[in-house]
Amino acid sequence: MVSILSAVVLLLGAASFLIARHRAYAMAGDTPSRLHSRPGYHGFYSFLWVFLAGIGFLIVLTIIPNAIITQTLLGEIGTAKPDSVFIERQLILSDAKALASGTVASKTDELRQTIAARYSTLSTFWGVIRIALVVGAAVLAAFLTQRTVSLEYRARNRSEKLVRLILAAMATIAILTTVGIVLSLVFETLNFFSKIDWRIDKFLFGTSWSPLSGVHEGKMDADKVGAIPLFAGTLLITLIAMLVAVPVGLFAAIYLSDFASSRVRSVVKPMLELLAGIPTVVYGFFAAITVAPFLRGSGESLGLTVASESALVAGLVMGIMIIPFISSLSDDVINSVPQALRDGSYGLGATKAETIRQVILPAALPGIVSAALLGFSRAVGETMIVVMAAGQGANLTANPLEAVTTVTVQIVMLITGDTEAETAAGPAFTLGFTLFCVTLLMNVLAQRLVRKYREAYD
Amino acid sequence: MYDTLRTENTVSDKKSKFSAKEVQVYYGDTHAIRDVNVEIEDKTVTAFIGPSGCGKSTFLRCLNRMNDTIDVCRVSGDIRLDGEDIYDKTVDPVQLRAKVGMVFQKPNPFPKSIYDNVAYGPRIHGMARNKAELDEIVEKSLRRGAIWDEVKDRLDAPGTGLSGGQQQRLCIARAVATQPEVLLMDEPCSALDPIATEQVENLMTELREKFAVVIVTHSMQQAARVSQKTAYFHLGELVEYDETANIFTNPQDQRTENYITGRIG
Repeated sequence: MVSILSAVVLLLGAASFLIARHRAYAMAGDTPSRLHSRPGYHGFYSFLWVFLAGIGFLIVLTIIPNAIITQTLLGEIGTAKPDSVFIERQLILSDAKALASGTVASKTDELRQTIAARYSTLSTFWGVIRIALVVGAAVLAAFLTQRTVSLEYRARNRSEKLVRLILAAMATIAILTTVGIVLSLVFETLNFFSKIDWRIDKFLFGTSWSPLSGVHEGKMDADKVGAIPLFAGTLLITLIAMLVAVPVGLFAAIYLSDFASSRVRSVVKPMLELLAGIPTVVYGFFAAITVAPFLRGSGESLGLTVASESALVAGLVMGIMIIPFISSLSDDVINSVPQALRDGSYGLGATKAETIRQVILPAALPGIVSAALLGFSRAVGETMIVVMAAGQGANLTANPLEAVTTVTVQIVMLITGDTEAETAAGPAFTLGFTLFCVTLLMNVLAQRLVRKYREAYD
Repeated sequence: MYDTLRTENTVSDKKSKFSAKEVQVYYGDTHAIRDVNVEIEDKTVTAFIGPSGCGKSTFLRCLNRMNDTIDVCRVSGDIRLDGEDIYDKTVDPVQLRAKVGMVFQKPNPFPKSIYDNVAYGPRIHGMARNKAELDEIVEKSLRRGAIWDEVKDRLDAPGTGLSGGQQQRLCIARAVATQPEVLLMDEPCSALDPIATEQVENLMTELREKFAVVIVTHSMQQAARVSQKTAYFHLGELVEYDETANIFTNPQDQRTENYITGRIG
């Protein structure tokens, strides 16, 4: 229904466009320059209004009646079955909707039949209203905009202004979504802190993490929500990942930008970037199934005990995952160092290595650091690899050969575990919020550096 | 403009520094330089003039093998510096470039301090044993670059913060610091105003006492003012090469005459 209505609106818009353009042509006669705006703009202006009015009403009249119908029917179910709980009522309603649309319901009884009939009537009623209003609004908009077509009318300026508003509205949607996510994180976090009697210090600095074991009458045991082991584990794995990714990525970037012939470059660069295209879940089982046994085997032959899930495995594989980020960004930064600086250095008799070390790297350093920081925030937020390869126990250790757990692993376990969502959500959201703050800080830092870098070369 | 030529310009019995024979340069499939033969004299300012795209910069870059850094560029023929083939396999382009310094069209100081810019060359070639020696080289070079008085109080300031003319003189000082035998200048004044241009031109005349200086320029007045020998390039060929005074007063080739009288180019 929605798609048919959208098509009708678009058709009306197109018709309005053609008519407005035709009228403008007719008014201008032989001298099109008499028109302030070219005929196409008159058409476009008309189309925009028809489209906005039609689609706007369509969206509003799809969302609001749905809510109204649900509320009315839930109320009716409530009066028919006063002792039912909310979830039960929702179940009855969804069964009734299924009956009304002819699909299979979990159960069929008299109440469900009645509600189904009511649902059909209500939705038909609102459906008719929606069609009437959407088509009416579109036609009205078409009619009103046809009347504005005249020699002086500034259709170009006005349609450009409308387009600008539409673009701004789209940008606002993106921003509002972010704001919404952050707000929900903040509220859940505050909610969680109230459950541990605002012992934020215990969360931030406690060393024992087992949040669901001490739940008692909706209160959590503040002694068991210490997030230090998680952040320590995250940091350890991230550190290992960066130790792998930064040298490999940076040296690969230097090779690609200053040493490789254009033929090698055209092959190697896409292949490196292919690494970024591998889904992290593949890296995850690669780590758990291939790398972990290999490391355990080689550790044994050296007389070391390597846990089958260890920080080292997760860190190594995560490092490989981040290489393309570092190499690709660093390559761009190194390439953007002006050729004139290279020439200047070569012209003084510097070798390639001297030029790179003393001119190019210092000049590209802020950009390289920001690439590393972006890689860092990526590593901190990475989930799949650590879920499969790092371990689950909140184990506070600095030994990379032991299993550790990370913030993201614990969030996954809390949310996918069998504890009811309301209890598990608290610590999960709080961890998520803390992680968000850390990555945000890193990103801001990275952007600052990038900006500083730009100033140096413009 | 010819009366500004000094009489000393016409004297020439100096020894040859560069000797190029049958030089060809290809960019991919394009034959950019054809059969160039030229003798560049020591302690002389030699000017390469000609319309845009005639190959004068390309030829200049052959003299210190800067074209090696361009993948598609191929050079053949024979270029000798003091009788030694610079394209011989045994010659290290890095050492060659230490002997043949270069100043570019756009000032390109490194994003380092003024001091470090000048000390860059001496450092990589290990020319100073200690800080005092390095200080001395830096001061001497900045003086030769005629910029010492302007920057002596702010040697730690970034070189990129100087004005265009100062930057170019800093780049000349930087090139001079490695004590080259030849200084190549690729349109060194094209980004400078007349005052800065005059300073750089005066500098060239001073530098001539020590080195061979080769400049590429679009300004015929500049060629006439500073050079003793002038080479006119046209479509990749060296059309005419003679005393500057002869080129400007009595060109042998019709194309040279057209160019210097402003009929083409």
